[in-house]
Amino acid sequence: MSTPFYVSPQQAMADRAEYARKGIARGRSLVVLQYTDGIVFVGENPSRALHKFSEIYDRIGFAAAGKYNEYENLRIGGVRYADLRGYTYDRDDVTARGLANVYAQTLGTIFSSAGEKPYEVELVVAEVGTEPEGDQIYRLPHDGSIVDEHGSVAVGGNAEQISSFLDQRHRDGMSLAEALKLAVQALSRDTNGSEREIPAERLEVAVLDRTRPQQRKFKRIVGRQLVRLLEADNAAIARTDEPSDEIPEDSEE
Amino acid sequence: MEANTRSTGRLPAAFLTPGSSSFLDFLSDHSPQLLPGNRKLPEGVLEAPHGTTIVAATFPGGVVLAGDRRATMGNMIAQRDIEKVFPADEFSAVGIAGTAGLAVEMVKLFQLELEHFEKVEGTTLSLEGKANRLSTMIRGNLGMAMQGLAVVPLFAGWDEGKEKGRIFSYDVTGGRSEEQGFAATGSGSIFARGSMKKLYRPDLTEEQATTLVVQALYDAADDDSATGGPDLYRHIYPIVTVITDEGFRRLTEEESSALARSVTDRRLEQPDGPRAALL
Repeated sequence: MSTPFYVSPQQAMADRAEYARKGIARGRSLVVLQYTDGIVFVGENPSRALHKFSEIYDRIGFAAAGKYNEYENLRIGGVRYADLRGYTYDRDDVTARGLANVYAQTLGTIFSSAGEKPYEVELVVAEVGTEPEGDQIYRLPHDGSIVDEHGSVAVGGNAEQISSFLDQRHRDGMSLAEALKLAVQALSRDTNGSEREIPAERLEVAVLDRTRPQQRKFKRIVGRQLVRLLEADNAAIARTDEPSDEIPEDSEE
Repeated sequence: MEANTRSTGRLPAAFLTPGSSSFLDFLSDHSPQLLPGNRKLPEGVLEAPHGTTIVAATFPGGVVLAGDRRATMGNMIAQRDIEKVFPADEFSAVGIAGTAGLAVEMVKLFQLELEHFEKVEGTTLSLEGKANRLSTMIRGNLGMAMQGLAVVPLFAGWDEGKEKGRIFSYDVTGGRSEEQGFAATGSGSIFARGSMKKLYRPDLTEEQATTLVVQALYDAADDDSATGGPDLYRHIYPIVTVITDEGFRRLTEEESSALARSVTDRRLEQPDGPRAALL
């Protein structure tokens, strides 16, 4: 019988963290921003069917960077958690904070259990409030920590650079078109500082819109509406803050 | 708490196991005690409040689903303003007759089932799929139906594929049948159906269709003591919902009161209501 090599806990954790970070860095980054009427999710995603953003519950949305099968698994777990909780108690008792906690515990346990491969994912759980002050955004890195974010957040490989770009330019009370443009600008910057064009059909955009009359506030922005928002010049932005029900929910699917 | 189990607070394995997109399937695997069909009941027949009459009618462009507001327990009126018509999702609605408590619970589960599927799959079920799902749920309730706790819904929705409104009715065993034109369920349904049979035409406008169902509910209340008519004194009016390609809409209090008042006003002059031509 061979004697196992001794690896210090610090080294083991550092190795696992590096492994997870490298996995996450392979995917493209995405950003989540607050705007006047809610929270917008923007990412580059060539697929029409495999989403990075999705609805978890009435006011709660989910965004993920990293390995698709792993975050899809967590997403469905979250939907089950939210639906079961809402059914057991009340719809109001499902909160982003509760969900973020469960995700953190799940990721944390996986990260620190030697038997399991750490998940190569970074998540954002966001809940839109009735007022901008009530908005909540939580970032969940691969190791199961929770970061309470305000204004803007980026996750994925290039997150640090994008975050600092957003921190300088994001302000409260932006319109949807302004926030969307800022997000696309941030995503178009490469690590070496050069910019590249991201066409509208490669963008995945969704919002949690507090002004929606429905109980469920999550909505994808696709097609013409997306193009119009991207093309709105800044003068026009002030006039027309797009009425958001032009395109029926999930119409592309 | 159910969802936040285990001391670690981690999502239980069942939550992360790939599987069905159905909330019902998940619930029956993970927390079967939460399903209404799994409850043990004592021997004998239980008495609980019953919802009474639900009616539906299609028109070119959509479908109307409406219900009276009375719940009865034996010969007592248990509740005067009960709600028995609910949106199932954006393009369908369900109205329930039978044991009120169980029926409302079943509607809640049904709504969740459709929403859950939509969130997991990223697309909605077909209208046919929704109707079948409801069938399965009623079948699961058969044990309780045998003890007097039957739930008999009426399901109506806009079929996006066929571009028309459709109505499905059910029996206690989950037997599903599509109805053409109009349908009714519950204790006053025989009278409501008779009323609609004479007044229904396939080319009704939306306004005529909503009037038709209120006329039918009036006739049901007229002859069935368990069905409540419009209560003008207490301002309790039937719930009328319309589903078109634009989605589900429930008539506002104002609209349904205007509708009920116009029907009752005309009944002051003609108590038996509008008549169909003899020949």
